[in-house]
Amino acid sequence: MSQYKTDYLDQLESEAIHIMREVAGQFEKPALLFSGGKDSITLVHLALKAFRPGKLPFPLVHIDTGHNFQEALDFRDELAEQLGERLIVRKVEDTIKARHLTEPKGKFASRNALQTYTLLDTIEEFKFDACIGGARRDEEKARAKERIFSVRDEFGQWDPKRQRPELWNTYNGRISKGENVRVFPISNWTELDIWNYIRREKIDLPSIYFSHDRKVLEHEGQLVAISDFIEVEPHDKVSVKRVRYRTVGDMTCTAAVESNASSIDDIIREIVATKTSERGETRIDDRVSEAAMEDRKKNGYF
Amino acid sequence: MDLLRFITAGSVDDGKSTLIGRLLYDSKSIMIDQLEAIEKQSKNKADGEIDLALLTDGLRAEREQGITIDVAYKYFATPKRKFIIADAPGHIQYTRNMVTGASNADLAIILIDARNGVVEQTRRHSIIASLLNIPHVVVAVNKMDLVNNSQDVYNNIVIDYAEVAKTLGLNDVTYIPISAINGANIVEKSEDFPWYEGASLLHILENVQVENDINHTDARFPVQFVIRPQTDALHDYRGYAGKISSGVYAKGDKVTVLPSGTTSAIKAIEVGGKEVKEAYAPQSVVLHLEDDIDISRGDIIVKTDNQPAVGNEIEVLLCWMDHKPLIPGNKYLLQLNSKTVRSVVKEITYKLDVNSLQQEAFPEKVGLNDVVKATIKTASPIAYDSYKKLRTNGGAILIDETSHVTVGACMIQ
Repeated sequence: MSQYKTDYLDQLESEAIHIMREVAGQFEKPALLFSGGKDSITLVHLALKAFRPGKLPFPLVHIDTGHNFQEALDFRDELAEQLGERLIVRKVEDTIKARHLTEPKGKFASRNALQTYTLLDTIEEFKFDACIGGARRDEEKARAKERIFSVRDEFGQWDPKRQRPELWNTYNGRISKGENVRVFPISNWTELDIWNYIRREKIDLPSIYFSHDRKVLEHEGQLVAISDFIEVEPHDKVSVKRVRYRTVGDMTCTAAVESNASSIDDIIREIVATKTSERGETRIDDRVSEAAMEDRKKNGYF
Repeated sequence: MDLLRFITAGSVDDGKSTLIGRLLYDSKSIMIDQLEAIEKQSKNKADGEIDLALLTDGLRAEREQGITIDVAYKYFATPKRKFIIADAPGHIQYTRNMVTGASNADLAIILIDARNGVVEQTRRHSIIASLLNIPHVVVAVNKMDLVNNSQDVYNNIVIDYAEVAKTLGLNDVTYIPISAINGANIVEKSEDFPWYEGASLLHILENVQVENDINHTDARFPVQFVIRPQTDALHDYRGYAGKISSGVYAKGDKVTVLPSGTTSAIKAIEVGGKEVKEAYAPQSVVLHLEDDIDISRGDIIVKTDNQPAVGNEIEVLLCWMDHKPLIPGNKYLLQLNSKTVRSVVKEITYKLDVNSLQQEAFPEKVGLNDVVKATIKTASPIAYDSYKKLRTNGGAILIDETSHVTVGACMIQ
C-alpha cells in the first residue's frame, strides 16, 4: 500500500486547479463566468487555490438577466469586494434595449435565451478568448459529451460534430481569430461532489440554498417563487412554503424544493435520498424538448 | 473514498449500453425524471421496450441513428468509490474516440458476446487498451443467458482471450461471465453461474487496486504558470504552479530544470496556500526554488538524480485523428503537458493494423484512425519519458498549425 493517498475530492480539486492554470497559461484574455450559484462559487474557491497569493488572472463576469435572486446578487457583490477581484456585470436589460430584442411572453417568461446575446456582446467587448464556466457533465446528457476545452465559433456556437479529441490531461486551447473557448474545470464533478466539497472546504453560500419560508405558486408539480417577473393568475395556488433551492438560476425558470434542510449536512442527506435529478427537479427551461440543452448550446449558450 | 476511471468498449450489439444502464440503475444513479424521459422516448420507437442506450446517447444525431458517436462521460458512486465511465463507441470508424476515452482510463471493460466469442472487434479494443497502456482489463463475457450459462462456452472464450492478452502483454486481466440484460453478476453475484468463483462486476470495479498505478518514483513537474504577485508585501514571491504528474517532491530536494539543465533545490512547497514538507502526484502545488533562475511555462522540474530523456527527435506510435491525411514532412505543433513546440513528422516506418497487429511497411497513405510508427523532429529539445514507463510524461498531441485542431495522439517510444 502506498503512503501517498489521494481522496477523490483531492483528485477532482487538483484536476480543476490544473485546468484553470492551463487557461491562465494558454490564453491572453480569459474570464470566469460567475452567477452567484454554488457551482460558480466553487469555481472561485478553486481559482483562489490555483493562483493565490497572486491576483486572479481573470475578472469575474456576471451576465445579469435582471431576474436574479437578490440574495445571489448581494452575495456576488460581497464576495468580489472581499476578495478584491474585478467584477464585470453586463445586463440583459441593456442588450434588449440596445438591440431591440423581443422579450419572451408568457406566465414564466424567461430571459434565459436572451442572455446568450449579452454574453456574446460581453465576449466581444472585452475580447475574451476563454470563458471559464461551472457546467458539469452529470447535469444533462448533451453536456456529458462536451469537452473540458470547448471551442466555439464567432457566433458562440457549439458544434458537437467538430469537437477536438481531448487526451490525457493535455488541453488544446489554440483558436483562430474570432473563436473562443468555454472551459469547464468541474466537468467531472457531480452535484453530490460539489456539496461534499463545499462542506469540506467550508465554503459560504447564498442563504437561498438553505431552507426558508417563501411565497410560491405550484405549477405542474414545481414550486415557483412569487416575484415581479412572473404572471400570477387568480386560479393559481399561492402559499407560503418552507423551501430551499437546489440550483440558482433566474427566478422565472428555477423551481424551489420543499425542505427543512438548514445545514450542509442536511442538504447532503436530502440529495443522497432524492430520486430526481438536479435539473429535472428545478429547471423549468429543460422541459421544453428532449434536445433543449443541445440546441441552446449550439446557439452559443454557455 | 477514491476514484476509478474506466472505459467501456463495445457496441450496442454487445450490450454495452445495457451494461452501463445496469450499473447506473442498480447503483441508483439514474433518477426518476431521467428514466421517465427515456421511457417517453422509447415509446417513440417501434419495439416499445425501454432502451437504456438512450441514457448515454446524448446527441440528437446519435439518437436518430441509434449509435454512439462520441465519448460520453457518466458518473456513479458507491460508498467505496467514485466512478467515471468513459462510454466510447466501438466501431472502427470511431477508433479515435475510443483512443480519447482510453487515454485517461485506469481500467477497460472489454465486452464479448458469448455467442460470438473473441472477434475482430475484441482484438481491436484490446490492442487500443494496450497501446494506451490501460493498467487493468476486465473481460466481461456477456449474454451468457443466450448460451445456457454454459461453463464450456465461457472457458473456451477465456482460453482464446488469454492468447490475445499474452500477445499484447496485458498483465492484469480479470474474466467474468455476465448477463447485462438480466443484471446477472453485475451488482450482485448471480446464482446462474455456480461454477464461477470470482466476484460480481461491481465488486471487481470497487476493489481493483489503482493507487499503485500512480508512479511515485519518477518525479516530474511540468510548470504551467509562474505566480508573481509583485506587491510590496510579496515582492520576492515567485512560485512555480503546476500539477505533479508523477513522483514525490520534498523540501530540500535537489532539482534540475529541463530542457535547460539548470540546477537548484526546493525551498518550499505549497498546496492550496498551505506550506507542506512534501507533495506527490497527482497534487496541484506551487514550488519555490532556492535560486532565482529563469523558469517559465513549458519547463519541467525533475529531481537531479532521476531525469527523463531530453532530445529533439522522438519515435512515436501515432494515432491519426483528422479527416485530412497525415503527410510526412508536414509541420505540426507538438504539445506535451505544458510544453508546445513546432515539429515535423519525418518518417513513417509502418502502419499498424489495429485488428490484427500486422505491420504495413512505409504506407503510402495515412488517414483518420490509422495507427503508425513515426519519427518526429521537434524545433527545440523536449524532456520526455517513454509512454510505457510514464503515461503522464510520454503522451503528446499533435496540433494542425492552420486549423488549430488536435490531429494526432503520440505515444512516445
